[in-house]
Amino acid sequence: MSTKVIMTQEDIRRTLARIAHEIIERNKVIEHLILVGMHTRGVPLAKRLAANIEDFTGLKIPVGALDISLYRDDLSSLNLQPVVKSTDIPANIDGKSIVLVDDVLYTGRSIRAAMDALTDLGRPQLIQLAVLIDRGHRELPIRADYVGKNMPSSRHEEIQVKLEESDGVDEVAIISMPVVKERQ
Amino acid sequence: MRTTQQIKPMVPPTTSIWQHHHILDLDDFTLEEIELVFHTTQAMKEVLSRPIKRVPALRGKTLITLFYEPSTRTRLSFELAAKNLSADAVNLSASASSVAKGESLVDTLSTLQALGADIVVMRHPRSGAPYIATKYMEASIVNAGDGWHAHPTQALLDLYTIYKHKGCLKGLKAVIIGDIMHSRVARSDIWGLTTMGVGVTLCCPPTLLPAGLDRQHHHLPSVSIEPNIELALDGADVVMALRLQLERQQSGLLPSIREYIQLYQLTEARLARAKPDALVFHPGPVNEGVEISPAVAHGPQSVINEQVANGVAVRMALLYLLAGSKKQ
Amino acid sequence: MMKPLLIQGGRIIDPSQGIDGIGSLLITEGKISWLGKGEATPPQPDYAVLYAQGLIVCPGFVDLHCHLRQPGFEEKETIATGTKAAARGGFTTICCMPNTNPPLDNQTSVEYVKSKAASEGVVRVLPIGCISKGREGQELAEMGELASAGVIAFSDDGEPALNSHLMRQALAYSHAFDLPIIDHCEDRALTEGGQMNEGIISTKLGLRGIPNAAEEIIVARDLTLAQLTGSRLHIAHTTTEGSVDLIRRAKEKGIKVTAEATPHHLTLTEERVIGYDTNAKVNPPLRTERDIQALIQGLNDNTIDIIATDHAPHTEADKLCEFDLAPFGISGFETALGSLMSLVHDGELSLVTLIAKLTHEPAKIIGNKYVRLGTLAIGASADVALFDPALEWVVDTKAFASKGKNTPLAGERLKGKVMATVSQGKLVYKDESITVKES
Repeated sequence: MSTKVIMTQEDIRRTLARIAHEIIERNKVIEHLILVGMHTRGVPLAKRLAANIEDFTGLKIPVGALDISLYRDDLSSLNLQPVVKSTDIPANIDGKSIVLVDDVLYTGRSIRAAMDALTDLGRPQLIQLAVLIDRGHRELPIRADYVGKNMPSSRHEEIQVKLEESDGVDEVAIISMPVVKERQ
Repeated sequence: MRTTQQIKPMVPPTTSIWQHHHILDLDDFTLEEIELVFHTTQAMKEVLSRPIKRVPALRGKTLITLFYEPSTRTRLSFELAAKNLSADAVNLSASASSVAKGESLVDTLSTLQALGADIVVMRHPRSGAPYIATKYMEASIVNAGDGWHAHPTQALLDLYTIYKHKGCLKGLKAVIIGDIMHSRVARSDIWGLTTMGVGVTLCCPPTLLPAGLDRQHHHLPSVSIEPNIELALDGADVVMALRLQLERQQSGLLPSIREYIQLYQLTEARLARAKPDALVFHPGPVNEGVEISPAVAHGPQSVINEQVANGVAVRMALLYLLAGSKKQ
Repeated sequence: MMKPLLIQGGRIIDPSQGIDGIGSLLITEGKISWLGKGEATPPQPDYAVLYAQGLIVCPGFVDLHCHLRQPGFEEKETIATGTKAAARGGFTTICCMPNTNPPLDNQTSVEYVKSKAASEGVVRVLPIGCISKGREGQELAEMGELASAGVIAFSDDGEPALNSHLMRQALAYSHAFDLPIIDHCEDRALTEGGQMNEGIISTKLGLRGIPNAAEEIIVARDLTLAQLTGSRLHIAHTTTEGSVDLIRRAKEKGIKVTAEATPHHLTLTEERVIGYDTNAKVNPPLRTERDIQALIQGLNDNTIDIIATDHAPHTEADKLCEFDLAPFGISGFETALGSLMSLVHDGELSLVTLIAKLTHEPAKIIGNKYVRLGTLAIGASADVALFDPALEWVVDTKAFASKGKNTPLAGERLKGKVMATVSQGKLVYKDESITVKES
């Protein structure tokens, strides 16, 4: 197993600043914006983006947390039930622009579940997606509006995101699992 | 006795905590599992606060309620819980006629197995009946009350209700008053409360105290017996009144209902001996004027309606946790 | 004419004669004809040989308490299947209880059982007659007629209904025939609706309990009446510490009482019911470790004279229901020795005592009226059991000869197994590993 760091703390800081600027640029009316982080690491990322946006514009953007355990399409095949975490969005989402925030975009199924959850909670006018890493291998027609870093990867590799809020350090690494060869 | 720890606020635990493919009794739930139920119930409460009280978590699953005893409240509670999770809920009331026709419990269970039920919620007048279901079905079995034995979902919603008001359960004092001998709710509450570190006092006429719990043969250290209701209620944080069935007098266990009321009815005066913020519970249906005075049943300390409301959320949590479990 | 059979080289244990040693015994024309020590061989040369090396050879077991269900409940067991099961368990004489339909309260019914046993049974069956007509607990049955018909005792086992007045009359009347009254001691007023032993387990399981007191009250009553009448009393399936104490004191006072305990009451506790296993539902119920210790003490100091199986077969459908609705009873012939050997392996009971309690002691209670039982004495009926005390085996109810598969020991590993049984000179059961050389 080999580990390679692909983003350091400084890389992450700069990337989040860039994404915050992009969000400000692309959204005409910032007042209608709500950042919704997806558990677990999407939540601190959303908070940091909101902090950046406040630094650059002086505006406080509401930040919410979304749990998608109850919307997954793979519950029956799991061995253990995912622990349900709290869904807490501090404002009414009707007519608002939601930016979903997650750490890694992979198959797209989590995002599909998140969109189902959001539409059960209200009728947003617009949903955009911001991710720190896009690693490819989409299984559904889903794309991110804001991407921190594109990281094409193989299925044998794992993208590991660590954030200070949850893991004590800021770092993104790619871990290669050894491919087991068949014995002769 | 299992370890009793302070409940930490909402730190999601690991999922390997949940060990149950069935929910038959509360005496094999660990403290961690009960905390997981609280935690999951909070999430379900949030779902119930939305305009659309529905999530797709159990979509495609079939839940069948098999009730051999009439019950409006519990059955509805399970039905709503299932539908809120997008499961298909079907009711089967095994009425007197199908039993009279000679269809045995095992036959009915085999039919349900053939029909492909994922979860069966069962209420039966004889202790142990749901255990037979576990042998004949692949489905998860939820015990909605069997004979005198257990009513685990009721006890869990009672515990959750305490948790909502008091936060931490450890060190609280709970008093259970009434016909404990014949009460499945009392049994499940006793196991659940003691697991969570609550001190339990049982208050009832000695003829209604089941074997093994009396002063002489004491198997559970945190359970105490006090037949005098005033002494039992001193300093209580939680008071649970049980329904007295009127036929107890006929079977020679009580001289009269009148005497029971004189000695054991939960009145305002007696309740005043408990803590001012003590909560009053009753599993329902309430015999107002018998085990509990109307004033207390409808009074400010009563959480009877909250129990019912919490019941749906707790059952949603349990169905969600069960849906991911696999039969061993 | 059957060729003589030599059972060779086993460890012969016969408590009736105080024998315990390696040797051989010869069976001729259905009787024990010769017994030799060590390598000795019989004088005559022509016999078949059953190799018993490594096995215990003892008198065939005598069971004072079993239920053969025929007539009336043939779906649960017949005399044919019951006796085959007995043979597999090493039992060569079994005494069947009269709770059949019709009950054994008259000569015709007793004759029926005897003739069925003679034609279809593979071991000796001795019937027990009813105490009361129809087992209704109202009027005495015609004990004189039953005695002539060949019963070896009287009992209303199953659902005892006798009040104290009738029990007194029964004890007094039976005195004339020198036959014991066997009582299933249960105060029905205290056990109404009871399902298992009363205690913390019954509370946890939400099942109505059967208190120890229900047995002890009637044991005390019966002992008092036995003292009053001077008659023979036998206490069926003793299960509690209190009962053992009462019987011990009664014997000290010279009251003519004998008592039995069953293999399940000697080895299994009420914890077997956890999980609602209806196969552990039995009356009197499985009790606690403390009661078991008292029973074992009772066996060792002769308060408890014998071990009897109370073999009570039921159909699978009977037991496949809610615990409350299941009938009481454990099918016990084929697991008796295996389960009892655990007491020997744990050092709580000696092998010789165990065998005595299964052979010589029950034979004493039955008496020699009909035939000498429970012994390998020369001239006695050739009833022999052979068992391997150390063989481990798993209980497979599908292999039972009994129709009753209702045992809580299904799938359990036991250590000690009956390997062959000879009844009245015939080899009625043989494990496939036993070899018999024709000559």
